[in-house]
Amino acid sequence: MPPGKRRKTEETADLRLQSQLCEEERFWDLMRRMARENRTAVLSFILIVLVVLASLLAPVLTPYDENGMDLMHRLSPPSQDHLLGTDEGGRDELTRLLYGARVSLLIGVVPALLSLILGSALGVIAGYRGGLADAVIMRAADVTLAFPSMLLAMVIMYSLGGGIVNVFLTLTLVNWANVARVVRSRTLALKSSEFVEAARVIGVPEGRIMRRHILPNCLPTLLVLFTLNIPASILTESSLSFLGLGIQPPNASWGLMINTGRQYLYSAPWLCFAPGAAIMLIVLAFNFLGNGLLDVLDPRQRKQ
Amino acid sequence: MRRSIAQRFLQALIVLVGVVLLTFVMLRVVPGNPIETMMGEHADAATVARMTAELGLDQPMHRQFLRYLSSALRGDFGTSYSLGKPVSLLLKSAFRNTLYLALFAALFAWILGVACGLVCAVSKNRLPDRLFLGFSLLGISLPVFMAAMFLQYVLAFKLKWFPISGTDSWRGFVLPAAALGWNSAGQVAQMTRTSLLETLQEDYIETARAKGLGRFGVLVRHALRNAMLPVLTLMAIQFSGLLSGAVITETVFSINGVGRLMVQAISGRDIPLLQGTSLLATSVVILGSLLADCLYSVLDPRIRKEG
Repeated sequence: MPPGKRRKTEETADLRLQSQLCEEERFWDLMRRMARENRTAVLSFILIVLVVLASLLAPVLTPYDENGMDLMHRLSPPSQDHLLGTDEGGRDELTRLLYGARVSLLIGVVPALLSLILGSALGVIAGYRGGLADAVIMRAADVTLAFPSMLLAMVIMYSLGGGIVNVFLTLTLVNWANVARVVRSRTLALKSSEFVEAARVIGVPEGRIMRRHILPNCLPTLLVLFTLNIPASILTESSLSFLGLGIQPPNASWGLMINTGRQYLYSAPWLCFAPGAAIMLIVLAFNFLGNGLLDVLDPRQRKQ
Repeated sequence: MRRSIAQRFLQALIVLVGVVLLTFVMLRVVPGNPIETMMGEHADAATVARMTAELGLDQPMHRQFLRYLSSALRGDFGTSYSLGKPVSLLLKSAFRNTLYLALFAALFAWILGVACGLVCAVSKNRLPDRLFLGFSLLGISLPVFMAAMFLQYVLAFKLKWFPISGTDSWRGFVLPAAALGWNSAGQVAQMTRTSLLETLQEDYIETARAKGLGRFGVLVRHALRNAMLPVLTLMAIQFSGLLSGAVITETVFSINGVGRLMVQAISGRDIPLLQGTSLLATSVVILGSLLADCLYSVLDPRIRKEG
């Protein structure tokens, strides 16, 4: 996983380039190994790709409109016309599920990415600078981690208000601390390694050492964290939406679909169980994939 | 060891103050005057001003914070806007229900999880292992709200074995505890399996076997006892997850616990209540992890010496 650009002007360019080329080759080797040895991870990856495709191709795959009301067929059970039945407005549940996948996947990916950026920036600063910066950042992480995640999300959602952007922000603020902790401990290990030492001795500025020498070496770990943060975000959002605190209509995530379906649990259980099964499946797939990556990229941490 | 525990205690205290500060600031950046929200649109300006002064909301933020902190230390968390009762009183009765729920769930998770993990480890890579491992994965990936609704639908609504909601008798706690504990049970099972398999490789197991101890004796007295250490830490970490899940479980099964109180606080825009509930839940988590650390160092003589 090399960063896009490699500048020749870099003082230690040659050395780094070599090590990075090795790294890159090794990365794809490891991916190939995972594909060979871990069938579950591969199946999970295929499932994720299928879900993404299905959600993007939703207009082609289904003849129904996402918000097309059909009051003659309210709450009808699964049938040939409506494979997963219809909801309280007579809308086709499968169609809603496909469109809902867009929202739910977005909610998985965006906060995972944002918390990765925030967490790794703070983590590398804490680890490299040490001292006051370290103390402040790590205490903030401690405080964040002391909260049961759902409760913290509820408090933040309360003060920000509903809506999809605020859900992104909330989940980022809930998930950054974990990333920061991991990146900090990696930074501490890398800080005393020879190539960082060398870069420091020849006077490479601090910021560049962090960006160019330490963070690229954290990438495998970050990839694992990213993959595992996605299902965590999806789960937290669906719990929030389940309580009516997350996404607001007309955006429909799977969690919100369960929230509205809950009123009809006894008369139309498919309205809860279909999106519920979808959430379970996608969360399971991301977890399998993440653990597969962890196995090949970071076997040491797997043991802990 | 005493010194490291004292250090750990101090750290927990700092985190706790941080938590109070964070919730305090978070809840005060909410736009709008809480008094106006509370009294509705028709409140006259004089009353709003009087109430604002009475609750000290017109004072600078740091003054308010110190005031909150000092009264919180005396067990006074203010008065709930929406329910009109002291927050501490509301928390007290709600906490009992949540504690029961969490303890039952932990018990459920621990018994089921350790049993599954034990079966898996003993039959490593054979059919029972595969079966229970798959089972535990199902447990881990099942969101709490799904477990709760599924159990409620099948066991309470269809089969009528348990009440749909309410906690009048112990039967009312069975489904919520199972729904809440399901997730942790899967994690405990996996952790027990891994940890046990690792412990079984240790030299002292070999020694115990060489002494002529039976298979069961080695497994339970030597291996399981040592393998339980990581599981114990896991349980402490999970306690935080249990409280997160309790919000959902209590809502689904209409249990008057801390989580439900928090949902009520949010819908009633009730800041003192929201602050009180989140503070209580977080303190419990901090205390739990502190306790687990102490317990860990007492139980594992290797750590005891190093510490």
